[in-house]
Amino acid sequence: MVLPFVAMIFAFNYIPLFGWIYAFFDYRPGIPLSESSFEGLKYFRLVFEDKEQLINVLVNTLVLGFLSILASPLSVIFAILLNETASGKFRKAVQTLTTLPNFISFIIVYSLATALFSSGGLLNELLMKLHWIQEPTNVMANPEAAWLFQTAVSVWKGLGFGSIVYLAAIAGIDTELFDAAKVDGAGRLQRIVHITVPEIMPTFFVLTLLAVAGILSNNFEQYFVFYNSLVSGKVETLDYYVYRMGIATGDIPFGTAVGMAKSIVSIALLFSLNALSRKIRGQSVFQERGANGEKGFFPDVRYF
Amino acid sequence: MKKDSSLTFDIFNYAVQIAITLLCVYPFYYIFIYSISDPQQAVKGVFIAPAGFTLLNYATIFKLDHMLNSFVVSVLRTVIGTAVTVLCCSWFAYAVTKNELYFRKLIYRFLVVTMYFNAGLIPWYLTMKALGLKNSFLLYILPGAISAFYVVLLKTFIEQLPKALEESAMIDGAGFLKIFVRIIFPLSMPIVATIAVFSAVGQWNTWMDNYFLVSSDRLQTLQLVLYNYLTQAQQIVNSSNMQDLNRGLATKVSPESIRITITMVVTIPVMLVYPFLQRYFVKGIMLGAIKG
Repeated sequence: MVLPFVAMIFAFNYIPLFGWIYAFFDYRPGIPLSESSFEGLKYFRLVFEDKEQLINVLVNTLVLGFLSILASPLSVIFAILLNETASGKFRKAVQTLTTLPNFISFIIVYSLATALFSSGGLLNELLMKLHWIQEPTNVMANPEAAWLFQTAVSVWKGLGFGSIVYLAAIAGIDTELFDAAKVDGAGRLQRIVHITVPEIMPTFFVLTLLAVAGILSNNFEQYFVFYNSLVSGKVETLDYYVYRMGIATGDIPFGTAVGMAKSIVSIALLFSLNALSRKIRGQSVFQERGANGEKGFFPDVRYF
Repeated sequence: MKKDSSLTFDIFNYAVQIAITLLCVYPFYYIFIYSISDPQQAVKGVFIAPAGFTLLNYATIFKLDHMLNSFVVSVLRTVIGTAVTVLCCSWFAYAVTKNELYFRKLIYRFLVVTMYFNAGLIPWYLTMKALGLKNSFLLYILPGAISAFYVVLLKTFIEQLPKALEESAMIDGAGFLKIFVRIIFPLSMPIVATIAVFSAVGQWNTWMDNYFLVSSDRLQTLQLVLYNYLTQAQQIVNSSNMQDLNRGLATKVSPESIRITITMVVTIPVMLVYPFLQRYFVKGIMLGAIKG
């Protein structure tokens, strides 16, 4: 009774792995693989030979990734502020409204950004009306602002939703800790700094670790929709490079080689960071025992 | 803990939260008032209140090519996709909790492992093509039918249901399928609802599969229609379609008003299910606190 599902899991998750073979053949669409010549590691070499492109793409990927990791404490701060709100109704309203951006597609995000920030958009209208600027400026076409703008977009989309996991963590703190601190005369800020923050640190640590592990493949959809010729030098990440070379240009072996290298480095990064974390903090990002005590790397569904 | 609050902290706290909330909500409010404003007045700028009032934009966009068809495609993929995902994942999750299933643990791990690797865009593209899913509605349904994340959530939930219920049903002669349909599935409603909501929003918002693998207009989703309008705004200004739409009308629609109104239409369904969303999402995350 589960066989059809096992077949589906195999078809949609494992068969694509065999597609990595295209990185080793001079494959062109339309010609079967059996008639394509085997080229060994030629395409991997080509990827590294095109240093300028590769470095640019890597820099963009890493900078954008680190900027969003740098911004991640904002969710923690927001969760703490929410938790410190006396009125439950107010807190619920804020939480509901700030999570809304998380549930819309990046196409809608892009459309909203166009309505607000493009040359004819709201912001320019407003600034021109106030005579603060003479000429409309378009932040989405400004390469100098591209990195920060993209980070701002992902913060806008993810801040509210990102805080939920921390609110859950705060709700799990033993209230006796707070009561004891209060008896000892600790003020509100002191309780935040000495109890709330340290208690949610493990959650923050795991999420940051996962973010670092996933740094090579984040937000493809976002950079895809915001991509344009003016900011291409700043928002072209590894994933976009794979798309541009492999699908837009049609150089399938080259694109596959880039993608394959990326996937392997990513998974190696995840497991080595996890090993490091276990060694240093004794903390794993996985549930290493299943519900029945079986060993393995089970996902901790709070974080994935 | 909240009684001895210092006033300054509270003022600061409320101010920050209100500011963040406004930042999150205003863009949606803006496109809403723009979409009901008179397009010719709106071009001069709307900020807080709509300029004039008209439903012309809404009346017009459904006259655009493919619009209605795409709306139907999006609704269908959301409804069918969600139903298929929920049923497949919950049945699979139930099955892997059964000791009677050969290689139970292996099968479960076979799925869980898929959370950690991803073959990448091009192998995915080539595989879907090879499986004959290019330009097929099934592309929207089948690849997402079994998701590791949902199965983990469901399995965790099913495992903590009282065993006695199932045992007594079995003594009464019920088979696994009957037990699943009559007992397990109905009892799992809290988590099933969470997953249905996750999945429905995901289906409604997905557009990459459509973009890369479906070129047929008949199967185009609403998201992609919007994307095409966004990337080809300039062409639309000059297109005869736009001029046709405006022929004989006193108030004329503009490319901006059309774009913004489509955005509104694509966003509205998410906003409608949103109250449920919020509840179940939080619940979903809280459930994660139980061991996987």
